[in-house]
Amino acid sequence: MAVNRRTFLAGATAGALLPLAMPALAAGTSARVVIVGGGFGGASLARYLRRHDPNLSITLIEKDTRFVTCPFSNLVIGGLLKIDDVTFTYDKVKAAGIDVVEDLAAQIDHDKKTVSTKGGQTFPYDYLVLSPGIQFDWTAIEGYDEAAAQKMPHAWLAGAQTTLLRSQLEAMEDGGLVVIAPPAMPYRCPPGPYERASLIAWYLKNNKPKSKIKILDASDGFIKQDLFMEAWGKLYPGMIDWVSASNSGKVSKVDPSTMTVSTDFDDYKAAIANIIPPQKAGQIAIDAGLDEGTGWCAVNPITFESTVRKGIYVVGDASLAGEMPKSGFAANNQAKACARAILADIAGRQPSPSKLINVCYSTVEPDYAFEIVDDFTQTSDNIGLTYPDDRESPLKQSDAFHKREADNAKSWYANITAEMFG
Amino acid sequence: MAWRFSDVQRRRLPGPLPVVFALSLLAASAGTSFAQQLDGEALADACTSCHGVAGHSTGSVPSLVGKDKAALLAALTGFKAGKGDPTIMNRIVRGYSDAELEALAGYFSSLGGK
Repeated sequence: MAVNRRTFLAGATAGALLPLAMPALAAGTSARVVIVGGGFGGASLARYLRRHDPNLSITLIEKDTRFVTCPFSNLVIGGLLKIDDVTFTYDKVKAAGIDVVEDLAAQIDHDKKTVSTKGGQTFPYDYLVLSPGIQFDWTAIEGYDEAAAQKMPHAWLAGAQTTLLRSQLEAMEDGGLVVIAPPAMPYRCPPGPYERASLIAWYLKNNKPKSKIKILDASDGFIKQDLFMEAWGKLYPGMIDWVSASNSGKVSKVDPSTMTVSTDFDDYKAAIANIIPPQKAGQIAIDAGLDEGTGWCAVNPITFESTVRKGIYVVGDASLAGEMPKSGFAANNQAKACARAILADIAGRQPSPSKLINVCYSTVEPDYAFEIVDDFTQTSDNIGLTYPDDRESPLKQSDAFHKREADNAKSWYANITAEMFG
Repeated sequence: MAWRFSDVQRRRLPGPLPVVFALSLLAASAGTSFAQQLDGEALADACTSCHGVAGHSTGSVPSLVGKDKAALLAALTGFKAGKGDPTIMNRIVRGYSDAELEALAGYFSSLGGK
């Protein structure tokens, strides 16, 4: 693989000197695309490029040897799935002819057009796509640092944190209080905290029915709120208490040694504290200045090229993509649009018009799910909602309807992960 | 009555796709007064996140690969007209013109697997 990269380098340098109206690379040469991050954005993009161009040089730099999906990780926390069910290797990504580098991408030199890794490797690129996901703001909640997260898991990066929260639930005495504390928007997976509350409730109802869940929220409302409230009333009456920000729900301080979670007015003694801190784009994007100090990276709404640096694209949670939520589905759709724009640029033409949508299923019990679907309209300066209303599953539906949505959620998960890792 | 997708079968995922979109020469004129030639394969990018790569689905979401174009288009336009028994498709098709739905039906019907 390394030999291929060096071979590509010679031809691609000449191509970069051609006028813009011409194809970016001379005929017979292959562009080098380097992708940082092997999640829903990066893995989708790598596979999409390869499916559409067998000759591109595609390098995917990913720090972990396996990927654990945040989507469906709440099903692991609730005990419906095992962690292995949501864990994927890069074997088939590699088999597709993508150079997967297991290393942490550390630094971008945009003048030389190279990315260097913590392990000391350097990769030249013609196109660089960043899909680094999120990192946490460890300064936002007093007392909540990386050490505290070992006692009060965020479980907002799937993997060891997911299994930690699951094992805490299994060890908890009946009658304990489970606190879930979502941050203010924007954050990864806006319906996630409420799906999590639902599936923890499912586990507790069947195993520790005297226990309670309290959601201490930094917001005054949440996505699919009516659907969640309807489901909680039907499935888990009296078990989940949601405290809005204006009712002093916002967590400002924690003390892991006493398992105390504090808002500005109240202290809660928790058996389990799932603290989800505020977030920002992955560090490599911040270090490159792509967020302009905002924490998220502004992008062209059609191509996902950074508005700060030509030749660098940002997809997924790290991007600031208009009304698109920070979801795996959105990252996957953005990756395809971005890949299409890169392929068109290589060929010296405009990309065909495509579509951006988002679908987020929430499972609240093994046979009960609902969703929200967003259709987006891309303009030169925004990605807006085409239809702001009636995006969610309707209320007052039958059990059979929700069973179909639960089945479709599983089917969605199988299909989107096959697109990346299958 | 309402057109229903047939049962889903687990299918083998395809290898590299034919580069159909490369033929979309008119796309270069996007935003001009030329008639827009819709690229079904490009539009389908949004669909495959649920319906699977090249329309090969595992599970309850219907596979679309190789479906009859007229039946597919009838289902999609039917959803738009409030027909059928969809969970989500009635809300999705709102965002698509009839021409886009036809391009999508054409694309999926053109794929192998018939």
